[in-house]
Amino acid sequence: MQELTFETMIAVFEEIFGRWLFWLMVAAAAIVTLLYIYVLIRDRAVSWHKFLWAQVSMPVGAALAVLIVWWATRSGLRDIGGPIDLIVLLGVAAIGAVGAAILVYTVQSLVWPPQNRRETRRSAATGRPAQVR
Amino acid sequence: MSDAIRNLNRRALLGLGAAGAALAVLPGAETHAQPVKTSAHIVILGAGAAGTTLANRLSDRLDGAKITLIDGRKSHLYQPGFTLIAAGLKPEGYSVSDTAAWLPKGAEWIAEAAAEIDPEAKTVTTQSGKSVSYDYLIVATGLVLDHDAIEGFSLDLVGREGIGALYAGPDYAAKTWQAASAYIDGGGKGLFTRPATEMKCAGAPLKHTFLIDDIARTRGQRGKMEVTYAANNNTLFGVPIVSEKVRTLFGQRGIDAAYSHVLKAIDPGKRIATFTTPGGETEMDYDYIHVIPPQRAPDAVRNSPLPWADKWTDQGWMEVDKHTLRHARYPEVFACGDVAGVPKGKTAASVKWQAPVVEDHLVAQIAGRESGASYDGYTSCPLITRVGRAMLIEFDYNNDLVPSFPGVIAPLEELWISWLMKEVALKATYNAMLRGKA
Repeated sequence: MQELTFETMIAVFEEIFGRWLFWLMVAAAAIVTLLYIYVLIRDRAVSWHKFLWAQVSMPVGAALAVLIVWWATRSGLRDIGGPIDLIVLLGVAAIGAVGAAILVYTVQSLVWPPQNRRETRRSAATGRPAQVR
Repeated sequence: MSDAIRNLNRRALLGLGAAGAALAVLPGAETHAQPVKTSAHIVILGAGAAGTTLANRLSDRLDGAKITLIDGRKSHLYQPGFTLIAAGLKPEGYSVSDTAAWLPKGAEWIAEAAAEIDPEAKTVTTQSGKSVSYDYLIVATGLVLDHDAIEGFSLDLVGREGIGALYAGPDYAAKTWQAASAYIDGGGKGLFTRPATEMKCAGAPLKHTFLIDDIARTRGQRGKMEVTYAANNNTLFGVPIVSEKVRTLFGQRGIDAAYSHVLKAIDPGKRIATFTTPGGETEMDYDYIHVIPPQRAPDAVRNSPLPWADKWTDQGWMEVDKHTLRHARYPEVFACGDVAGVPKGKTAASVKWQAPVVEDHLVAQIAGRESGASYDGYTSCPLITRVGRAMLIEFDYNNDLVPSFPGVIAPLEELWISWLMKEVALKATYNAMLRGKA
């Protein structure tokens, strides 16, 4: 490659998914990330109960991401030919895992917001976490 | 202390942000800040990969230039997609778009082919007899496939009678898949040929062979097939180290090589192919044959004073300096793409590397300065070795391997990442190139 510009990268992704689907996915990822940040700020702490479910969803997200890439590119596990292929595969899985974790955590936090005394929340008076769940 | 740290952190953060912004902006914003003012008339023959890329690049670099493209074809063809169409991996429409959609605003497009080029009078005559004069001429006509040179062959045979010819266009690539798919199901002898002339993407005949072999294995039919690759000389690829790798893979896949076998004629009724070999003519029967005809410059170029007089005389490629692509006798004439008479590189990847060189020399000439831009013969071929794997082969005039990602993507390894590049990233990169952005 002569030059790998940001613009080229965008063009590549638009080509892979189609322009509309790509930007829809970017928007969805951005919205979920913003909501994740929102619930963290709102709750001022991580709920380990919700985080547990988020962790449980990670292998599912990883597997889904890999399966989608294989499906979209007509390839499979048998095509792994060298270390770089394994790195790319693990990268895809990692992105899927982290994406799923953020999504699941955010959805839980939005659907079941913490109740003041039952959730992990920093007490305004003591500054200490009042952990129950 | 804490204030100092906070300030430092904030400054560091700002610095990081600025660096990020610079990174995001810099690669796209090339160093040619000021467009060169000119009233020059630049005529580009051909609105394919090379012509379109240069039209877009030049319209960015020049202010006031008149750019005229002459090409009779309404459809733009993404030719690297043909091998995928001919293996049933992409539909026919994958390679087809509108020529007009890619051309820069303000450029004039004459939708007919060039018939005559007169570099002495600096004019081009179109097929309808219209005369167009130029200050600078870029010849990017591409090449023509000389199907008539194969006796007994005609394009209407493609797709039936066990005949494929994927180079002829996306429609013929789709018909090639019909014939190849029927061959896989029926079994028998398959012959995969290539011409003895210079040709577009010398990897494509190999890709077709590898893909049909692989799809046959997937369908469980490979045992019923004998696959033979007819090479035009005693190698399988122009770069020796790659040729050896392909030989090894052929051995592993059970693909036979018939060296120095150049297709001369076919008898579609009897399904017999005649080859010219050093020992005379020889016949081979087939159930499927893939035909790639000899390739030459278009008549408008061949009949002009532009080709080499002592090289490729039967093919008519233009006599240009292999590093600047400027014509040896007419300094205001350049070639780009397939029609250029240079030792390597009739591929879209070559165009990607040639176009900026032609652009820079032409702009420098207009601005009255010298350009140091040089084309080293770079070309690349994501050589598909089966569905799901390819070798990303990049080389130059010296037959040196010049990997873009040394130590990361090994050129002679069959890799999934190289397949991903061909399958999903290549067309996007090509499209960005057409727009002058890559």
